[in-house]
Amino acid sequence: MDMQVAKKKLGLKERYAVMTRGLDWTPSYQKMEDIYPYIAYEGIKIHDWDKWEDPFRLTMDAYWKYQAEKERKLYAIIDAFNQNNGHLNVTDARYINTIKLFISGISPLEYVAHRGFAHAGRAFPGPGPRVACLMQSLDEIRHAQTQVHSISNYNKYYNGMHDFHQAHDRVWFLSVPKSFFDDAITAGPFEFMVSIGFSFEYVLTNLLFVPFVSGAAYNGDMGTMTFGFSAQSDEARHMTLGLEVIKFILEQDPANVPIVQRWIDKWTWRGYRVLTLVAMMMDYMLPKRTMSWKEAWEVYFEENGGALFKDLARYGIKMPKCAEQIALEKDHLSHQAWSTFYNYAAAANFHTWMPDEDEMAWLAAKYPASFDKHYRPRYEFWREQAAKGNRFYNKTLPMLCQTCQIPMIFTEPGDATKICYREVDYKGDKYHFCSDHCKEIFEHEPEKYVQAWLPVHQIYQGNCFPEGTDPTVEGFDPLAAVLEYYKLEHGRDNLDFDVSEDKKNFAEWRGQATKNI
Amino acid sequence: MQIDLRTVTIKPLRQTFDNIARRIGADKPASRYQEGTLDMQQTANFHYRPTWDPEHDIYDASRTAIKMADWYAFKDPRQFYYGAYTLARAKQQDTAEANFDFVENRGLAATLPESVRKTVLELLLPLRHVAWGSNMNNASVCAYSYGTGFSQPHIYQAMDQLGIAQYLTRVGLLLGDVESLDEAKRAWMDDDAWQGLRRYVEDSFVIKDPVELFVAQNVALDGLLYPLVYETIIDDVLSSQGGTPVAMLTQFMTDWFTETRKWVDATVKIAAAESPENKEVMARWLSQWRDRSAAALLPVARIALGDRSDEVLGEVVQQFNARMAKAGVAL
Ligand SMILES: [Fe+2]
Ligand SMILES: [Fe+2]
Repeated sequence: MDMQVAKKKLGLKERYAVMTRGLDWTPSYQKMEDIYPYIAYEGIKIHDWDKWEDPFRLTMDAYWKYQAEKERKLYAIIDAFNQNNGHLNVTDARYINTIKLFISGISPLEYVAHRGFAHAGRAFPGPGPRVACLMQSLDEIRHAQTQVHSISNYNKYYNGMHDFHQAHDRVWFLSVPKSFFDDAITAGPFEFMVSIGFSFEYVLTNLLFVPFVSGAAYNGDMGTMTFGFSAQSDEARHMTLGLEVIKFILEQDPANVPIVQRWIDKWTWRGYRVLTLVAMMMDYMLPKRTMSWKEAWEVYFEENGGALFKDLARYGIKMPKCAEQIALEKDHLSHQAWSTFYNYAAAANFHTWMPDEDEMAWLAAKYPASFDKHYRPRYEFWREQAAKGNRFYNKTLPMLCQTCQIPMIFTEPGDATKICYREVDYKGDKYHFCSDHCKEIFEHEPEKYVQAWLPVHQIYQGNCFPEGTDPTVEGFDPLAAVLEYYKLEHGRDNLDFDVSEDKKNFAEWRGQATKNI
Repeated sequence: MQIDLRTVTIKPLRQTFDNIARRIGADKPASRYQEGTLDMQQTANFHYRPTWDPEHDIYDASRTAIKMADWYAFKDPRQFYYGAYTLARAKQQDTAEANFDFVENRGLAATLPESVRKTVLELLLPLRHVAWGSNMNNASVCAYSYGTGFSQPHIYQAMDQLGIAQYLTRVGLLLGDVESLDEAKRAWMDDDAWQGLRRYVEDSFVIKDPVELFVAQNVALDGLLYPLVYETIIDDVLSSQGGTPVAMLTQFMTDWFTETRKWVDATVKIAAAESPENKEVMARWLSQWRDRSAAALLPVARIALGDRSDEVLGEVVQQFNARMAKAGVAL
C-alpha cells in the first residue's frame, strides 16, 4: 500500500475521539457491575455514555505543555515575591489572617477534590467523563500544592498557619468546610459531580475563589494573586465539566431530574453555609475591600446564577428554594459570623478585631438595612469594653448545627432579633439545626448525618485533649488542653489582632525598610 | 509610596510547617516536594463513611494487606510534585514532538519495510488499550490508597498512561489510519494472541487492594511489557530490520519506563523492607502476577519474535527477577 495516498484527514473532534473514547472497550472477562460497582446505587440512569459531549479537548501532550508553561511563570513569581519580602507590601498585617483562613480552610479541600475526582473518574464507565475527571484530579493536586508553596513563605514570618493540616482535621470551625467535602466525597460518584463539579465549581466558585484572589490583588499580595490567576484557566475547564455533567445526566433520563434537583438544592445550601466564612472575610478581614458580600451574592448568584437556572429550566430544573432564605440573610450573614469569631478569638487560628470608624461607615453604607440598627451598637459596646481592658473572649461552647456544623448563630429569616432553632428526634436522640434547609438535608439521610464529628460534642466527650490528658486533676483547664490538641499556641496564634505578634513584627519589619538602621 | 523591601533582612520565625518539621527537623527549610506531599492527606476525624464503601473510612490504610507504621515512608525518588512533574513531561513531550516531526517531514514512515510496518501496527496498536487500562488502574490506586507519599505518583502514572495511549494512537495514524486502529481493537477483542493479556487487564480492574493493584499493573505487567516491547522488540529487533523511525516514535515510552521504574523499585523496596509480613505478601503478589503477565505476553511477543519468543521473554523475566531481588524481594 502506498501510505501517502488516501489517508483520511481527521477533524479535531474525530481526532480527539480516537485519542480518548476509541481507547475503551466493553469487557467480557469480568462483569461490568464488578468493574464499576458504584454506578447504580444512586438511582441515576445512563443509557448511552457516548452521548457525553467532551467539554474540552485536551490531549496529554498539549496539557503538559500548557501547564508547564504556567508552572514556570508561577514559581518564578513566587520566588521573586519571597526574595523581595513581598509579604511586607500587603496593606496591613490584618490581611494575613485571610491567608490563614485560606490555607487551613480551603487548601485541604483542593486536596480532597484531587482524590475525589480520581475516585469519580475511576467510577464512571464512560471514557469521556473519566478523562475529564482525571484531568481535574490532576489539576486539583496542583491547586493544593501551589497554594501550600505560595503560602509557605507567609508561614515563615506569621503565626496561625504552622500546623494547618492538623488544624483542618481538628479545629472547631474548620469542621464546616471539612464536613462539606467529606459529605461530597462520601456520596456516590454522580452526587459528587453535582456537588463539587456543578454546585461548587460552577455555581459558587465566583463567590469563593474570586473574593480571595481579588482580595489578594487589592491588598498587595502578589503571591496569592498569582496562584489564583494561574488556577483560573484550570477553573474554566472545571466549570465546563460541571455544566456538561449536569446536562448529560438530565438528558439521559427524565427520572434523573428530581434526583438532581434534590442534589442541587442540598449542595447550594451546603455550599452557601461554607461561604459564611468568605462573607466575613470580604466584609471584615480585607483591609481594602473589593465588594461587599451582599453585592457579590447579588452579582454572582442572583444575576449570573439566575440566568443559569433559567437556562436549565428546559430540563425541568428550578432555582433552589433556599435562594429565598439566602436573600433574606444577605444583610446579616457576615456580621453574625464576624461577631461569633470575635467572641471565639481565643480558640481560632487567626486574629479578630473590631472595625474602625471608617470601616463601620463602609459597612453602614453597604448594609443600610441592618448594620446601624443591629450590629454597630454591639461593636461599639465591645470596642468600649476592650478599651477598658475587658476584651471579651467567650469560653463556653456553642451548640452546633448537625448538618452544616456552624454554631447556632443565625437568626430567623426576616427577624434579626431571634435565633433560629430547629430540631429533629431520631432514634431516641435530639438533633439540632440552624435552619429548615439543614434540617431537611438531615431528614433525607439521617443515617449519614448522625455520624457527623461535631467538634463541640467531641470536646465534651473528652476526645479533643492531647493523649494522656487527665481531665479529673485539680485545676484542669479544658480550653488550654483543647488548644494543645488543636496545636494552637496560646497568645501567638489566637486572641485579638491588637495584641498579636503579627501586628508587632509587621510594623517593626516595615519600619526597617523606611529607616536607616 | 513603593518602599524597597529587598534591603530588609528579617529572621524567619520558622523554617517550614510543623508537620514537616516533626519529620525532618525544625532547623532547615523543606523542599517543595516535601511541603507538597507530606501529610497532605487528611488523617483524622472524618465525618461520614463513604456510602460506596461503608466498611472503610474515606482514606483507610486497611484497604490493603500491606501494613506500614508510617505511610510517608514512601518517597518518590523523582521528587515529583505537580510542578516538577509537568516540567519533566513537557520536556519529554518536546522531544516526542520533534521526533514525530522528523519522521513525518522526511516521510520516513513510507521508508519502513512493509514487514516492519505490519508488525508495528499489529503489535503496538492493541497496546493502546493496555495503556488505557493502566490509566484506570492508576486512578484507582490514587483514589483508594493511603497517604499522599504513596497515592500521589499514581495520578501522574495514570495520566502518563493516557499520554502513552495517545502517542500509540498517533503512531497508528502515522503508519496506518483510523481503520488500523479499528483493526487493532478487533484483534484486542477477538484474536487469540491478545486474549490472555485482555483477561489480565480486565481481571486487574476488579482488584480491590490498592497495593496489589500497584503490583499487578505497574510492577508485574509494565515491568515485563516495556522491556519486552519497547526496549527489546522495537529498539533492538525492529531497528535492525530498518525500523529505527519506530524507535523514534516510541522514545517517550522508553524514556518514561527508565524513569518510572526508579519510583516503582523504590516503592517495592520500602513496602518489603517494612516487615517480614509485608515482604511475604509482596513476594506472593509479585510472583503470582509476574507469572500471569509472562504467560499473557508470550503470544504477543510471537507477533514480532516468532520462535524466539520463549527465549526472549525468559530473559526479560530473568531481568525482572534480578530487579526485584535488588529491591529486596527474591522471587
Ligand atoms: Fe481547585
Ligand atoms: Fe446548618
